[in-house]
Amino acid sequence: MLPARRPGTERGRFRSRAAGAARTWRRSGAAGPRVAAMAAVRVEELLAAAEEQEAEKQRSIAVHKELELEFDLGNLLALDRNPPAAAGLRGAGQRREALLRALARDNTQLLVAQLWALPAERAGGAAGPLVAQLPEPAFRLPREKPPPRPRPPTRWEQFARLKGIRRRKRGSLVWDEQAKEWRRRWGYRRAGGDPARAWVAEVPAGADPDEDQFAKRRREKRERVARNELNRLRNLARAHRAAGAPAAPLHPTGHQSRAELGRAARVARLSTASLGRFQPRLPKEPAEPPSRGGGKKRRFAPLLGDLAAERSRQLELLRGMSSKKPPLDITRAVNKQLREEDAEAAATKGKKRAQRGKRGRRQQQRPGHSGKKSGSKRQQRRPASGGGGSRRKKA
Amino acid sequence: MEALDRVLKPKTKRAKRFLEKREPKLTENTKNAMLIKGGNANLTVTEVLKDIYAVKKPFAVLYKKKNITRPFEDQTSLEFFSKKSDCSLFLFGSHNKKRPNNLIIGRMFDYHVLDMIELGIEKFVSLKDVKNSKCPEGTKPMLIFAGDIFDLNEEYRRLKSLLIDFFRGPNVPSIRLAGLEYVLHFTAVDGKIYMRSYKVLLKKSGCKIPRIELEEMGPSLDLVMRRTHLASDDLYKLSLKQPKALKAKKKKNISHDVFGTTYGRIHMQKQDLGKLQTRKMKALKKRPAEKSVEEDGGSSPKKTKSA
Repeated sequence: MLPARRPGTERGRFRSRAAGAARTWRRSGAAGPRVAAMAAVRVEELLAAAEEQEAEKQRSIAVHKELELEFDLGNLLALDRNPPAAAGLRGAGQRREALLRALARDNTQLLVAQLWALPAERAGGAAGPLVAQLPEPAFRLPREKPPPRPRPPTRWEQFARLKGIRRRKRGSLVWDEQAKEWRRRWGYRRAGGDPARAWVAEVPAGADPDEDQFAKRRREKRERVARNELNRLRNLARAHRAAGAPAAPLHPTGHQSRAELGRAARVARLSTASLGRFQPRLPKEPAEPPSRGGGKKRRFAPLLGDLAAERSRQLELLRGMSSKKPPLDITRAVNKQLREEDAEAAATKGKKRAQRGKRGRRQQQRPGHSGKKSGSKRQQRRPASGGGGSRRKKA
Repeated sequence: MEALDRVLKPKTKRAKRFLEKREPKLTENTKNAMLIKGGNANLTVTEVLKDIYAVKKPFAVLYKKKNITRPFEDQTSLEFFSKKSDCSLFLFGSHNKKRPNNLIIGRMFDYHVLDMIELGIEKFVSLKDVKNSKCPEGTKPMLIFAGDIFDLNEEYRRLKSLLIDFFRGPNVPSIRLAGLEYVLHFTAVDGKIYMRSYKVLLKKSGCKIPRIELEEMGPSLDLVMRRTHLASDDLYKLSLKQPKALKAKKKKNISHDVFGTTYGRIHMQKQDLGKLQTRKMKALKKRPAEKSVEEDGGSSPKKTKSA
């Protein structure tokens, strides 16, 4: 007979199986055409019944909505744009509650259907709970605080970037020769002995024999700490000035700098209805240079303006042309060139080291490449060639 | 690092951790809510605050004492509280003859008030009054908003955004499907907003997706919108701005189809076809059939010639 029906088999598979069975039945040719027709009718009935069942199951989770819902699964959010049945909801309490509950049930069904469609896996092995991977939340919500701003580099960081100096990771333990073991770099039982128990301080060769070496040590340490703190505060002030100063108002008590006061005065002058064009200047206030974004990029002096200024300008020009001094400031040009070269070298060195890794760092520490000695030698040699070159040009 | 960039550096690790938790970050912490009672809060309002605190635990702070302030007139007190407790959402409840059972829901940006919406409570059913089983504390709720007015009206749009922000809970990468127990449903009809909370029961249906049955649980509120204090457009846009570092990096040379197929792109150098090795490729070898045809073709002219 026909195979036993398993609940939940897919319709297609079932149908092909039944069809196959019917086919074999027909193929055997044992019974007449009437029996085959009856079997076909029974197959049709069974198929219809199976379809009914499937539809029933789908109906239990199917929800009909006029407008599709919008889902944001990252937030477990569903937005229903359909206008709700206002007439029903205006009624009495019980009816309203029932209607609201039905609406909520439908919407929740749709949302859960979407959540169940997400890629899921069993957390913690085969017996664990079924866990779905949620996507990133799509609904834009405002932040709690503004995004963090990167702080500008300190003086040392700028110098290190220029020279290509990278931070070496120091180990936390140091080998102590005296104690013959690994001790921590600072703190309890540090390498180099307890500084409080250092009972001897040698008087160095050129020092005054009456000077208290211990006091000198303490004083120097205090000075070092104070200098470090001062530099840290200076870096902070520089960062604060660079970032927030245009937005921050003037300091209320007299700690303003000259630049701050000038800026404030300029802003105050421009804050009139005619943008500062008719503001009188104080007797000693210098005239504002006209090049501050006046609308034109190049400004030319008027043709017949200040005759005295024109005369002095032309004489200066002649003086400059006739003097034997080279118009180029050699030291400044050389220093600028050196700085550029250093920056370039640092950039390429950084790239190379990133490629080579450890090998690159070891090669970097070779002597003869430090800045000071070779830099000064280069500086002394260059001006001679520079002067010679310019002299040759003139001749 | 902000904690170390202050004039007075923290002297202990604990202080440093405290400051680091509060400083602005790329991915932010879950927003905390503070629930405050006004000078003359009555029983209804107090019950509402207690219930919402139960829903929002542990990301909420319930202040026990009454605070005599008027948020719509003076926001400094709220901002002070926000700074002290590091909360960016607040719910302020009060009651007077002109505005009975008043609830002000709002949020902060950079410890300054961003949006505030005043809602009046018309009907309230508390957690205690509904005698059904409750879901565990800290369950992430499913949020559903029904009603087209939530998209058409600007104030309702902001209210929707506020409610999502308030109730959404921590941002999680994955969720246990059987643990989806709590749903908050907001319906906006006729100038009223109905907030209902239900416990979700997952029933067997024939297929993979379960059938949902809802059971009334938890606080249900009938609200009506009163005054609003919304942030200006540019401040709101500023608060929505996300840092660029959070944008997903696009992988080069990989593209996706509409059907979900992933395509990769490989860049090859130009191949010199003249230098192709043809001698060792079997496919290019002459077959015996072809060879014989060619031979005949080649030899036949010879034959005919001789003949």
